[in-house]
Amino acid sequence: MDDILREFIIETHENLDLLDRELVSLESAPSPETLAAIFRAVHTIKGGSGFLAMPKLEAVTHAAESLLSDLRDGKLTVIPQLTTSLLQTVDAVRRILGSMETAGTEGDADDADLIAALSRLREGTAVPEAPAPAEAPEAAEAPDARTQNVSETSVRVDVSLLDRLMNLAGELVLARNQILQAPCADPSFLAAAQRLNLITTELQAGVMKARMQPISNVWGKFPRIVRDLAQTCHKQVRLEMSGEETELDRTIIEAIKDPLTHLLRNAVDHGIGAPAERAKSGKPPEGRLSLRAFHENGQVNIEIADDGAGVDIKRVKAKAIERGMLTAEAAAHLSSRDAISLIFAPGFSTAETVSNISGRGVGMDVVKTNIERIGGSVECESQPGAGTTFKIKIPLTLAIIPALIVRCGGDRYAIPQVSVTELVRLDEAKSIEHIQGAPVHRLRGELLPLVYLGSELQVQAGDAGAVDVVVLQTGERRFGLVVDEVCDTEEIVVKALGSHLKGTACFAGATIMGDGAVALILDVFGLAQRGGLIGAGHASLPAANPAQHHEADGGRQTLLLFDLSESQRMAIALSTVARLEEFQSKDIEWAGGREVIQYRGKILPLIRASSFFSSADESAAPHDGTLQAVVYNENGRNVGLVVGRIRDITSEHVVMQTSARHTWTLGSAVIQDRVTDLLDVPAIIRASEKTLSPEAPR
Amino acid sequence: MTRQFCVFLLDGQLFGVEVSLVQEVVRHQAMTRVPLAPPVIGGLINLRGQLVTAIDVRRLLNLAPLPEGRLPMNVVLHTTDGSVSLLVDDIDNVIEVDDSAFEEPPDTVHGRTRDLIQGVYKLEDRLLLVLNTEAVLHFEKAKSATTGR
Repeated sequence: MDDILREFIIETHENLDLLDRELVSLESAPSPETLAAIFRAVHTIKGGSGFLAMPKLEAVTHAAESLLSDLRDGKLTVIPQLTTSLLQTVDAVRRILGSMETAGTEGDADDADLIAALSRLREGTAVPEAPAPAEAPEAAEAPDARTQNVSETSVRVDVSLLDRLMNLAGELVLARNQILQAPCADPSFLAAAQRLNLITTELQAGVMKARMQPISNVWGKFPRIVRDLAQTCHKQVRLEMSGEETELDRTIIEAIKDPLTHLLRNAVDHGIGAPAERAKSGKPPEGRLSLRAFHENGQVNIEIADDGAGVDIKRVKAKAIERGMLTAEAAAHLSSRDAISLIFAPGFSTAETVSNISGRGVGMDVVKTNIERIGGSVECESQPGAGTTFKIKIPLTLAIIPALIVRCGGDRYAIPQVSVTELVRLDEAKSIEHIQGAPVHRLRGELLPLVYLGSELQVQAGDAGAVDVVVLQTGERRFGLVVDEVCDTEEIVVKALGSHLKGTACFAGATIMGDGAVALILDVFGLAQRGGLIGAGHASLPAANPAQHHEADGGRQTLLLFDLSESQRMAIALSTVARLEEFQSKDIEWAGGREVIQYRGKILPLIRASSFFSSADESAAPHDGTLQAVVYNENGRNVGLVVGRIRDITSEHVVMQTSARHTWTLGSAVIQDRVTDLLDVPAIIRASEKTLSPEAPR
Repeated sequence: MTRQFCVFLLDGQLFGVEVSLVQEVVRHQAMTRVPLAPPVIGGLINLRGQLVTAIDVRRLLNLAPLPEGRLPMNVVLHTTDGSVSLLVDDIDNVIEVDDSAFEEPPDTVHGRTRDLIQGVYKLEDRLLLVLNTEAVLHFEKAKSATTGR
């Protein structure tokens, strides 16, 4: 392809993006300036096509230009059909350009219908029926050269050059660090080193900034997508955008494009109702969809809010039950917040009909994974009848991240700071308990499974009486990573590993430290997986979600095992447990006809699990006057379940058999060579509440 | 036709890779070990800010490790997937050899070595074994081929 043609194609793609935006804004707020901009863009494309001898392109743009000319002269007014036809023209131009790029010809498609439609519009005769707007063309077809308002003060720079500059700046930082550490007392050298220091910092910031792009690079396409979608769904949607100038690293921009588009499509398809439906609930027929971006705490926040009917929690629960993700009883107990988070579970969709827009049930979980992959998070808030808001938080850049440097077996490793929640130093002998070999620590009363980095990586770890534990969070799971030493936090430049090491699950990459040594970056999710905390391919489900009991895919689950009596082994999902506690029998008091205990300044009702099983006799309970209890949190209230003796925490593939199901169990399974019943804790709590006297809460 | 080879030593034996594949030759560099990686991976090297994976060729050829205290040198190859370093005992020279001196590895060379050796050049006084860089770089595939004998 010759250079003139390439230039023309790049320039035309920019013009087409501008047309997408401006045509939609012309429809909502017609102004002579907008019209003039549209006219100019179309005219430019037509001029180029004539010059480069592209007859088809010329014919289409000529028809559009004539129509626009009439519009400009006031002979016509903007009507939806007109906008639709003009947008179809934009699509046709994109198609021709695409074929020009790939095949070198204008392609075989005929645009006679479109040209006829355009000229009919000129004559004022409406097109009989506007054909459905074409699906917005895939962005991948266009070369990535979207820049807005390229004024005379900017230049186009190849992205790979920027990446190279970024690398070199990183190198310079390392060289500077070495110079600063050089033992030299010469004042002029020190002054020069100091200056080098400042310049390097500034240069690095400058290069970082050069890689930033405004989020509007992604959003530019959204008005068009929303408009087309709204037309297809016969809805009226007004898209409001704010914070378009918010800047992000280009790698992130690429990564959030698909998730954002998906959320937007969902909002139009499911979120906002049809005009008639909206009128019934007293809302204006036009739905409002707002997109907001802003910087906060070194992160970029993006909010997508609609004013539709909100997430129908009943339907979500019903669907979850239907899909076998949840039992009816468990669903009844799920808080609305947890229920909403079910929409992020794999294979979940509440759309009654599968449209070509959404409803195939492969969406929200992908959105969540994609956002989490780049170190971000997404949550959903919904007010019944008032609308739904998706809140996304993402880091500014992936190239340079703050990381905690730890030492293990003589080597340094970097842990991305986003996963680190806190650091604790423990006395190994006193604070770490072992449950059949599995180390745990009670962190403020909550059980924290521990993973030893040294044994996970199979390196010889140091031996000390006190250990440093880095508390890590990945998805819903929290665990403590035992390391030899916690060094420092540093901003590190992330470098990808070569193909020989790509398969190593524990490492996300490597970085070069200030002294020039290489340090590996730990992949927290991979570590958790290796440590058996998360089964491979097992989706992280919201905490307190009993759905885990029913996972038929043989996914691992972490279970707390206890003996109700000598002969009766039971289990509960650890994810549902708030804390494990030990109480003194003598501290038990009676209130409202039931056993209670004073716990953290509040009254904690106790339920004896043994009272639900006639075969149980508490023979397994410790005989030293203590009670072992599992503390549950139900809707903000704590309940203590006295369970005999806690035995172990295990993580395994559970094959459940429900044939021998008791009223208070979910089924049985063989765990650690013993038949174990899975306790249905919500049912037990509910049953014990029913027997309460009326003065008890709720 | 003649070819140029970068020649290095492994356990007293001359080995060579074609010069066009070599990015540079550097003395010993500090290496960071990679836990859980295949044993053939010597570690990671910082080559002026570039992250380079080092392959322990001695281990790959089932040779005994270098004696304690001797540090390997790096022959850095540029590949389609970034740079990879071969850890070798010593760098010898760059030599030019004539195609007529080439022979396939004799049948008595077997096992893993045979897959990793492209052929032999008969020099005046010694033999030069040419490394099959493709097989070296994709050692994980070669492994399965070295069964038997």
